[in-house]
Order: sequence, then structure tokens, then C-alpha cells
Amino acid sequence: MAKRIDLKDLNVFYGAFKAVEDVTMTVEPRSVTAFIGPSGCGKSTLLRTLNRMHEVIPGGRIEGSVHLDDDDIYAANVDPVAVRRTVGMVFQRPNPFPTMSIADNVAAGLRLNGLKNKKVLAEKVEASLRSANLWNEVKDRLSKPGAGLSGGQQQRLCIARAIAVEPQVLLMDEPCSALDPISTLAIEDLVTELKSTYTILIVTHNMQQAARVSDRTAFFNLAATGKAGRLIEMDDTQKMFSNPTQRTTEDYVSGRFG
Amino acid sequence: MSVTHMSSDSDLNAWPGSPASGFGHRSRGRTLRNALARAVMWTAFAVAMVPLAWILWSVVSKGGHMLLDSHWWANSQRGITNRIVGGGAVHAIQGTLIQGLVTALMAVPIGVMTAIYLVEYGRGRLAKVVSFTVDILTGIPSIVAALFVYAVWVTAFGFQRVAFAVCLALVLLMIPVVVRSTEEMLKLVPNELREAAYALGVPKWKTIMRIVLPTAFAGIITGVLLGLARIMGETAPLLILGPYTKNIATDLFGGLMPTLPTMINQDRTEVLQPAVDRVWGAAATLILLILALNIAGRLIARYGKLKN
Amino acid sequence: MPSITGVSAVDELPGPEGHGPLQGDRASTGQLGDRLFSGTARGAGLLVIALVSMIAVFLLSQALPALAKDKVSFLTSTQWDVDGTPLQFGIANMLWVTVLSSAIAMLIAVPFGVGVALFITQYAPAWLSRPAATLVDLLAAVPSIVYGLWGLQVFGPHMAGVQADLERLFGWFPLFKDAGVGAASTILTVAVVLSIMVLPIVTALSREVFAQTPSSHTDAALALGATRWEMIRTAVLPFGKQGVISASMLGLGRALGETVAVMIILSALADGTSWSWSMFNGGETFASKIANNAAEFDSPQKAGAFMAAGLVLFLLTFVVNVIARIVIERQKAFTE
Repeated sequence: MAKRIDLKDLNVFYGAFKAVEDVTMTVEPRSVTAFIGPSGCGKSTLLRTLNRMHEVIPGGRIEGSVHLDDDDIYAANVDPVAVRRTVGMVFQRPNPFPTMSIADNVAAGLRLNGLKNKKVLAEKVEASLRSANLWNEVKDRLSKPGAGLSGGQQQRLCIARAIAVEPQVLLMDEPCSALDPISTLAIEDLVTELKSTYTILIVTHNMQQAARVSDRTAFFNLAATGKAGRLIEMDDTQKMFSNPTQRTTEDYVSGRFG
Repeated sequence: MSVTHMSSDSDLNAWPGSPASGFGHRSRGRTLRNALARAVMWTAFAVAMVPLAWILWSVVSKGGHMLLDSHWWANSQRGITNRIVGGGAVHAIQGTLIQGLVTALMAVPIGVMTAIYLVEYGRGRLAKVVSFTVDILTGIPSIVAALFVYAVWVTAFGFQRVAFAVCLALVLLMIPVVVRSTEEMLKLVPNELREAAYALGVPKWKTIMRIVLPTAFAGIITGVLLGLARIMGETAPLLILGPYTKNIATDLFGGLMPTLPTMINQDRTEVLQPAVDRVWGAAATLILLILALNIAGRLIARYGKLKN
Repeated sequence: MPSITGVSAVDELPGPEGHGPLQGDRASTGQLGDRLFSGTARGAGLLVIALVSMIAVFLLSQALPALAKDKVSFLTSTQWDVDGTPLQFGIANMLWVTVLSSAIAMLIAVPFGVGVALFITQYAPAWLSRPAATLVDLLAAVPSIVYGLWGLQVFGPHMAGVQADLERLFGWFPLFKDAGVGAASTILTVAVVLSIMVLPIVTALSREVFAQTPSSHTDAALALGATRWEMIRTAVLPFGKQGVISASMLGLGRALGETVAVMIILSALADGTSWSWSMFNGGETFASKIANNAAEFDSPQKAGAFMAAGLVLFLLTFVVNVIARIVIERQKAFTE
């Protein structure tokens, strides 16, 4: 059920400001791709264009095209709501719905899509929590609020919530930046497991993390503050970290700037 | 070739609902409910605007012409009866302004100092109690404030019902508005400014007077103007403490002092056209005055905003 | 910017750095100037406390003698005879009219206020959002005597049709029974006007709370494929629920105490009119009763009876406001 992603000549704008310029790339299904680069280089913005979440900010728009397999997600007859169901997203800070229980959090997306059958819901909640490696920790307190969990558990809860609706693609926007090292490791293990099912894109500031979890790495940079971010180089992770083509990539991955 | 995809915000609502994409589509019910909710919110706003427009239109159409007559702004109602056209509202406008000014002179210092206490000094229980009482004061009905002043001024001290007693009741209503708006503005003053002053050896009270208050000045003025707008339209304290007269009066401690609300109240049951015109004329004048205060307050808030 | 309604959900936000301005008096130098100034500020705070306590004390002290001489039950009697001896006065009528008119007003104002607040924060195009909020605030700037005038002379007569329909359909139910009062002067008309008057209060606080919904919550809902309405239901409304409750309580407090508009619109009934549950009846609220008789506080006893009514009104609004504040505190705890 994972899909290939094709970006062609993509420019992203917020009003008159061009945030990302001229990105063309292909992401293969059932792989993990890491987006790395200094702050403000547009990697998170680019990620948000893949499920049209950038449109939530007034003035957000794109030029160019984004295809999921053969479907243009920006085609005129495409419903952004349907795109977001197909392309799941996990955010920087764990954001379970505070008024909902653990189970209700996982079921939230399913309920939105009209699933009402209690038995089916319970099954899907369990399956999603198992996939997120969280089931054993929460199975005795499914009706408790999600806010009571630790940060790492909350983030895995958010992952469970995202995969419950069976998306094709999973976008992760610095999912570990607010977590401690042990929770980070748990999430990284989970990403490695999930890639057998999903196409995963992960934005990270952590070079080791990119090296550990991803198959491919894309490096973004911007010429100067206020300029648009650009894709500098994209290649197999191993090559990117050992022998990149571009000089700036080498400088960045070796920690000389950024 | 590149295609521009315009955003959005509206796409969430106005999706055409064509099923011809590879992503499936949301169910008809969801689309319908979403559109319905959107329609309901727009309608709620539109309906809320109806009374505003209707009231303003009523007042302007029934009383607006009175404001175009120069006598309105030059004369009192002295010697004018309900059968005679003429006279003005100067006595009432003047009374309203005097009472507003006197009220502000009392309420602003108390309100600003209370806000300074809450923001700059207040810690612990006392500050909590003060903050709570300000909340209670916010919620006190104007008629209760008026009854209280009556109980003190007339019953306990045996004084007459005079303009100053009205002002005392209005002070109670104005203090919480001034406290809350000043508090909000003082909190917006960055701590760096205070620390910079302390580092220069400036005592705390001078820091507050010379640095903090001037920085928050525009916001405090806005709060005062909005507070004035609230109390100038108050009628209940006037009914109990400030009887009407047709003559110009400036004595706060003796005799009667007319105001715009009591001028309206005086003739509101009249059916003779000259009196009816004057009632709506006074209403139009009062609204004009209050709108002017509101707009002035908002303009100051917008253009005098803290720059940081 | 301070709101004209004088209410704010953020009135106890910490300073820009997350802690209050320099803690306590540690920055004071102990000089005479500092001591005088801080003393004055503290004095102003104490004055406010004193004023509010005095309101309760004075009303109580002047109401008690009259209450002691009251020959009927103050709470349950429908009589109001304060001219002769013995004194016979009770608040049952006023309590019912006050509560009924405010309750109907809230039934109208709360859904509308929430709808308008959602419109301003979630639906209005960017250029309209601020002006829309300002326009709704302007409803609070209209003086209550103008509401009264407009309600009785302009708006009230239009209620005749509504009243006739309701009486025809539900007349069998006491609440909707015809009471022989003109449509412009009924409790229902007052309630509708009150609902317009409290709408800006409900809207102002609700929109403030809705606007504070963390974007992480709304993002989470949208990323799951929620429509705008579903996002509001899963993220905005649960977050703003307590804000809406406290906004409603503050609005209720205002409706209970509104004086002049009620006094002008509502037709006061003659003494001895038989009890009616109907919303098409006239009557008097606490506030309008006091205002209607303002000219006649000639004896301490008489004044005392009205002070007693005022005291009940004070307690009623006090309780409502305290509940509102408690709920706001919870909201703050929830936000942090």
C-alpha cells in the first residue's frame, strides 16, 4: 500500500515569500528518506506540502507538481482532506488530543471517516497500537487520557493515530526533537519496522539519526537568510555521509556549519 | 510548464466534491456537514449584525435631524415644553461630560495604582484577593452600585441626591475597566526595560513612573476611554441619584444636574412630536459621544502600540 | 487590546519571559520614595477590597431592619407592600421574572455568541476577522437606555407575530400562555433584547479562547484528514469549552443585573395580579423594580425593602461571577 512520490519543479510560497525553490525528486515506496539541512532551509515546509498542510497557513501555495504514484495531489478535483487521509503526519511535539482517551485518540481518524462499529474500532486501535510498539504499555489504561503518558509514549501514540487510518505515506517532522535519547531510540526502531509498510519521509536535525534510520538522504540549504531553500543533493544515505558530490553537503554532514 | 495552485484556506470548505481522483473522497455527509457548519457561522454573524444596523438606523432616522440644528448644540431646554419645538441638549451634554470627567479623575488614579500594585508589587494572598475583588466589581450591576452609594450618601450621611453621588457610583463601575486594561498593558512592557533601569541604580518607583508607565501610556489611555464610554451610557445610577432638570447646571454638590441618559428618560413616554424628536436626538447624541470615545480608544490602541 | 466588555481570559498571563515582572519588592531600594509609592499602590488595592466589602455590609445593614419587620416570607411571597404597616414584601415574582428573562436570553445568546466567535476565529477571511470582532464589540457600546427605547418602540411590536404563533402552538403549556400583555412589553421581548446586549460579552471571551487553541491540536486534526468543521469539533471546541462556559456566566451576570432596558420594555403589573408562569407576561426584575421605585425611597423601611432586593441581586451576580472565574482558572491551568 505504500506509494511513490514524485516532485517536479516545486516552488513553495507563503504569500509573496518564496520558501522553497525548484525541487525535483523521487521517493521510492517502502523506504525511509531523511530531509536534512540548516534551520530555515524549508525542509519542514516542503514536508508539509506533501499532504497540503502548508495550505493551513494563509497565503500558502505552490507551483509545480506533486504526484503520488500517478495521481497529482494538487489536481483541481482533489480534495485536500482526502490527501491528508492518504498521507499521514507526525509532528515535532507530541500532540495527542488532550480531552480524548488513549483509545479515542487512535480512533479519532477512523471516526472522522465514518467508522462506527465498536468491535472493528477496537480491533484497529489494538492493531495500530501494536504497530506503534505501544500496546503493551497502555493496554490496561486505554480509557485514560493520552496526556498522562510520557513524551516518548505520547509520540508513539501520535504515530499509532496516524497509521490507524492506513495511509500510504507517513511524514515525520522532527519527531524526536522533543524526546529523551531512550524514547528517541524507540521511535527510530519503530521507523525501521514501519518502512516495510509505508513510504516514510523524516525531517531531522540529528545527523546520526539520519544516518541510522534512512535509506536515502536529501540535503537542503539556502543561499542566505530570506532566500528560498533549495535541494542541494539527494542520494543513498551511505554515500551522502561518506562521499557526497557537493562540497556544502560534506561541510554540513561533518558539522562544519548549520 | 508550471501550474500555480492557489491556496486554500477556502479549499477546505469549498471543495467541489468531484470523485474523479485517486484519493477517494470524503463522504457526502461529511462534505454536507462541513458546508452546513460554514453556512451556520456566516449566518450567525450576519444575524448578529442585524440589531446593530437596526438600532443605529432607528436612532439616526428618528433623531439624526436634531443634531443638524445648530440650536441643539447651543441651547438648553430651559423654558421649553413638550409642545414647543426647539431648545438644545447643551445642558445634558455638559452634565454627561462633567460627570464623566469627575468620575475619571477619581477612578483612573485608583485603577492605575491598583494595576501597578497587581503587576509590579503584588504577590501572595493579598494580590489574589485584590484581583478577585476587581473581578467581582466587574460583575456588579450598576443598580447595585447605585443602591450602595444611596445607602451611604443619602441614608447614612443624610446628604441630598447630587451629581457627585452619581460620580461615586460611576467610579465603582469604571475602576475595574481601568484596572484590567492597565494591567494588560503593564504586562506587555518588557522586563529588559525595568532591569536596565535598575542596573542604572534607579529606584523602583521612579522606574515605574518614568519607564514603565510612559511605555504603557497609549494602552492605558485606551482603557480609560473605553471605561468612559461604558459609564457615560449608564442610566441606572442616574435614576436613583441624579434627577433631571432642563437647566444648565455645573454644581456637583448642590441642585440637579441633567445628563443625556436622564434627558432621554424624562420624555421617553411622551407622544408629542417635539418631545419624541428630542428623546431620539438625545439618544443619537449619546451614541455619537460613545462611538467617538470607542473609536478614539481603538485608534490610540492601534497606532500607539508597543513597538518591540 | 482591552476589550470593551471588560472581560479577558488572559488577564493573568505571565510576563513576556514566562515569569512575572521582577518578583516582589526585591527591586525596591527601601528609600522613602519607594516606600511611599508601594504603599500607595497597596493602598489602592486595599481600597478596592474595602469598597466591595462595604457594598455587601451597607446593603445588609440597611436591609436587615426592614427584613425583621417583614410579615410575610421574603423568599416565597409574591406580595410587595412597603407603604403601609405591617410591611409585607417578598421577592418570588421578581426572582421568577429575573431568572426567566435571563435564562431565555442566554438560550439565544450562547449559541449565537459561539457561532459568531467561531466565525471570527475560524471562518472569516483575514480581512474581515478584525472588523467583524470590532462590530460585535460595538453592540456593547450601545447604552442600555437606547436598547430600552429601541426594544419598546421599534423592535417590540415585531414580536407580535412570534408571540401569536407560539401561543397558538404551545398555548396549552403555562410558559406560553397568553397573559394579556402587549407583545412589545413581555418577558420574551425583554429576553431577546437582553440576548443582544450580552452577545458581545459571550463572543468576546469565546473568541479569545478559541484563538488560543494550540496549532498543534488543530494541525493534528487536519493531518488526520478532518474537514474544517471536524477540526473545530475535535480541537477547537474541546479546548474552548470552559472559556465558553465562563463567558456565558459573565453574560448571565450582566443579564441578571440589567436595569434600564428591562425597566423601559417590561410592563410592570398592578399589585395583586395573579401569578403566571408565562413568558408573555409583564412583571419586574430585581433591577427594574428598584429603578421603577427610585423616586420613592422616602422612609428607611421602604428603602430597606429595596436594599434587600438589591442584596439578593448582588448575591446572585456574585455567585454567577465566582463560578465564571473558577472556570476561567481551570482553563488557565489547562492551557499551561
